[in-house]
Formats: sequence, C-alpha cells, structure tokens
Amino acid sequence: MSDNSFYGPLDDPAGDAGYSDHPPRVGFFTDTSVCIGCKACEVACKEWNGVPDDGFNLLGMSFDNTGMLGANTWRHVAFIEQPERPPVDLGMPGLGRPGDTTGAETRQDFRWLMSSDVCKHCTHAGCLDVCPTGALFRTEFGTVVVQQDICNGCGYCVSGCPYGVIERREGDGRAWKCTLCYDRLRDGLEPACAKACPTDSIQFGPLDELRERAAQRVEELHERGVPEARLYGHDPNDGVGGDGAFFLLLDEPEVYGLPPDPVVPTRDAGAMWKYAGMAASALVAAAVSAFVGRGKP
Amino acid sequence: MTDKDIHAQMYGRGGGTREQLTVPRADFRSYYGRAVLKPPVWEWKIAAYLFAGGLSAGSAMLAAGADLTGRTRLRRVSRVGALISILASMYFLAADLGRPERFHHMLRVAKPSSPMSVGTWILTAYGPGAGLAGVAELLPKWLRRTWIGRLLSRLARSAGVSAAVVAPGVASYTAVLLSQTAVPAWHEAHPYLAFGFTGSAAASGGGLGMLLAPVDEARPARRMAVAGAGLEVAASRLMERRLGLAAEAYTTGKAHRLRKWSEYLTVGGALGAVVAGRSRPAVAVSGLALLAGSALQRFGVFEAGVESTRDPKYVVVPQRERLDAGRPARG
Repeated sequence: MSDNSFYGPLDDPAGDAGYSDHPPRVGFFTDTSVCIGCKACEVACKEWNGVPDDGFNLLGMSFDNTGMLGANTWRHVAFIEQPERPPVDLGMPGLGRPGDTTGAETRQDFRWLMSSDVCKHCTHAGCLDVCPTGALFRTEFGTVVVQQDICNGCGYCVSGCPYGVIERREGDGRAWKCTLCYDRLRDGLEPACAKACPTDSIQFGPLDELRERAAQRVEELHERGVPEARLYGHDPNDGVGGDGAFFLLLDEPEVYGLPPDPVVPTRDAGAMWKYAGMAASALVAAAVSAFVGRGKP
Repeated sequence: MTDKDIHAQMYGRGGGTREQLTVPRADFRSYYGRAVLKPPVWEWKIAAYLFAGGLSAGSAMLAAGADLTGRTRLRRVSRVGALISILASMYFLAADLGRPERFHHMLRVAKPSSPMSVGTWILTAYGPGAGLAGVAELLPKWLRRTWIGRLLSRLARSAGVSAAVVAPGVASYTAVLLSQTAVPAWHEAHPYLAFGFTGSAAASGGGLGMLLAPVDEARPARRMAVAGAGLEVAASRLMERRLGLAAEAYTTGKAHRLRKWSEYLTVGGALGAVVAGRSRPAVAVSGLALLAGSALQRFGVFEAGVESTRDPKYVVVPQRERLDAGRPARG
C-alpha cells in the first residue's frame, strides 16, 4: 500500500498488491495503424481460452459482427469506415490534371480504421477495487484476472469498469474478461492474440519497453505525414494510472468506442464516504429530534 | 446509405424526436452510436433492496427510540417492520447474484475499497440485533413464560439499540455502493445521493410507524417522516439542478416519471403527517404515501443510472469537454 494505491501514478502495481519478488509488468501495445482487420486475435483468443461463441449476428457495422468487448468477446476488432475529409485547397495554380501527381491508387473517398480492443489491465482497476469477494486479483505480472471458483456473480465489477469491458456471462452467472493469458504467461509464452497477429499490430512485452517502442512509432508516423496518430492509455498520470494494454489510434478514442478520458471510480471514494457520513448524521439528527422536546404526546 | 446517415451514425445519434429540448442536442462522435459502458447487470431486485434496507434502518431507529421512551406499540410494529424488511433485503441481494449459492463468498474478505464488501459487514453487524429485537416481539405467549422467552425479552432492548446504532450505516452506504461505479448518473450524483437515501429511509421508517401504530403513539414517527421527506426532496431537487448533463438521465423518460410520482407522494405524505391530526385513516394513508414515495425514489435513481449507461453521450460528452478545455483527469 502507498499514497497512490487507489489513484495517481503507480510504478509497480504488483509490488503495491503485495508481491515482493515478481516479474516485470507486462502488457499489450496495439498499433492500430497496421491492423488489417483479419480477426485472427479474436479467433486465437477464443480457441486458447475456450470462450463461447458470441452469437452469429449481422450488425451492419462494416465488418464488425461482434459489437463490443464482453463476457464472450475478449478481443474485439472495430471497423470504422470514414468519408475522407476534403483536402485543404491552398488556391495554388497547377498545370496537371487532378490526381495525376499522386497516382490512381491513392484516390479513395474514404479511409478504413481497424482496431483490436482488449481489457486495459488498468494500473487502478475499477473492477478490482469494487470486487467484494476477492475473486478479481492483481497477478504477479501486474495484470487483472478473475478467479472463476470465487466469483459469485454480484456484477459490481461490470458497473465498476470505466471502459465497459467486463461482463457477466448469460447462463453462467459469473464475470468474465481477458486474463492476458495468465496461464501462458506463467509458462513463459506470449498471449494467444499477440502470437496470432500477422502484422504485429498486437505487441506483447514488458510495459516499459512497449511504452518506449510506442513513443518511437508515433514520432515515426508524424514524420511520415500522419499527424493524427496518437497514443491512448499510455500515460501513468491519466485517470486510471495508465493502462497495461494501450493503443496507437488514428482518430479520437470515442470513434473507436473508447471513453476519451476515463477515470477510475475509486478516485472519489473518500469524498463519497464523507458525504455518506454527513447524510448518516442527518438521519441520526432526524431520529433523535423526533423523540426529544415537547414530551410524550 | 446517404452521407447524412453515415454522419448521423458516426457522430452521435440522429434526430427523430420532436420534443422541445431545453439543452441543445449534444453533438459528439461515437462508434456506431453504441454504448461505451455495460449496463448494470442488476435488476429491479437491487432497487427493491435499496428501499427495503432503508426502511429497515429507519424502522430500527424508530423502534429503539420508542423502546427508550416507553411507546410499546410503536416499538412493536417498528421492530417487526425492521425484521421483515431486512429479511426481504437479504433475499433481494442473494437472488440478484449470478451464483446465489456462493453468497457466503462475500464473507471471505473485508475490503475497504469495495463499498459492497463494507456493506456486507455493515449488514452483518446490523442483522443480528434487528433480528433478535424483531423475534422478541413475535414470540407467542406460551413461549414468553419459558426461560428462552425471558432471556430474549431481556436482550431485546440492547439488541434493538445495537441495530439502531448501525442503522445509519445501513441507510447511507448504499449511496456509495451506487456512486463508486462508472455509471455516469450514479457517479456524478455522489454529493447528493446519500442525503436522498437517508432522507428516504427516515421517511419510509416513519411512514411504516404511521401506517401501523396507533395515533397516540405515532407522533415521533410523524416527526421523523416529515424531516426525512424534507431531506429527500431537497437533495433530489438540488441534484437535478447541479448535475449538468447527467441530470438529463433523472429528468427524462421512465426515471423522470418515477421520481415525479415519488415527489408527489412524499410531499403529500409529509403534509398529511403534519395536518392529519388524530384521524387514524388520514395518518395511515399519509404513511402509505410516504412508503410508496420512498420506494419510487429508489426505483427512479436506479433507472436513471441504467439509462445513463445506454446512451454514450453521458460518457463521451463530459469527458470530451474536459479534454477540449485542457483539463484532462490527472493522477
């Protein structure tokens, strides 16, 4: 336990949870600029973890037929078809025909964003903080996992997650989410989704290394003329203390279905209990004043 | 699909309603208009628990006061009311679990960061006292004369007082339970919710006393109910004015209807408690109105929370405003 156990930057969440000797914190860096939307991550995750199917739905959302993360979807590939923003006309006179200089293959009227979403394994995990049974726990790798033999399906974690990731499984009654392949980590293997990703859009490794690599990648993209490239969830000073699984995005987070500025609900716990104490005192005052003064009726 | 449709789909929800909006429709971007958060898995049982737990707490406090001031009939109905409503609470809580047979897993840890764990231990401290005091009132005559009966009667007062001491915790922790979530309408409401809930507990506890106790002993119940109703309505009104966008979840749709009726019944019941004089039917009807008003208040708050997770605007718009104003959440 430290001053920042519930909010603020925290270097070593596993150490804070009580592990004295533990491996480095690991996570995912999902670089969506190279995602090709193959869904190999979704399939590999289901195969390895034995996750039930999420229904054969046609959602009419581009190629996305899983919708969002949930009890039966631990990796979710989002597909966003965007009309191209019209180029800024500088009013410079030109001699060539339009399109001649750039080539036909670049003349597209829309761009296609693809992104593989996953549990963020937050430094300050709302789900973990509110779990009343201890079923959710911090692993030695700094990840957040549900112990299925403990979970009693109270559903508090579902409402505690600011990303809408964890969910109670229909017919099973317990809460399920990505474990960052805890079983594979303990055997020295990388998670199934990262293993299966053919373009290295999903990169697994020690979080420190991933953050360095991500910063370099953003810089590289900016130099190459992709100014909209930005990182999401990488900052240890953000509202959840930084994510164990963070992203490189090409548009605002909400376009991908991610909250733009998430905050762990535990941040305000102190204020909430203070108000509860004041309200409890008001109740005591109401009850006591009902009996004192003006004697018996 | 036309460009406009695509725009509507990618940039928040399209129009369709013709109602006059006091606030301009929020323009924001989202993923096909889908929710960011998961709706709470809790059903009506949790809203019913909020009411039953508050009623039990209010009744236990009233019962202890009646006991200490010698009002035996008010004590009796309030103790029995506290017992029955805490039993109902336990049922609602266990039945709403995904695995009810694992209810006792709540007792394997004590976790200050989880309001549900704190609440479990508050209820564990509260239940035996409220239970014993209630059972002591229900003993049949023949059992009262045995040694068990005499022991129970002797313990009833301390049991009842112990329950009354924990009762304010029972009535107020549920506000933290709802607020410490990512559910916008519950989280944003944390400065007001606890006052609404303890006010509601006092109003319902007093209401039950008014409904069941004879008029010549019901005066403390009436005074407690009026104070509670005032607190509940004031907190609720203040919340609606101060919440910003999240207030919309409370002031529109089903939540709004529930809360409007809650306010009519609570204010009506409180007025009745003041003016009903010695008319038993008038006092009883006022008590019933207070009980119904308290219950609808809980269901209204519950419903507002659920609605605020279904529409992504409650998540995206305030967070985007924070970012655009250069005030992101910082640890």
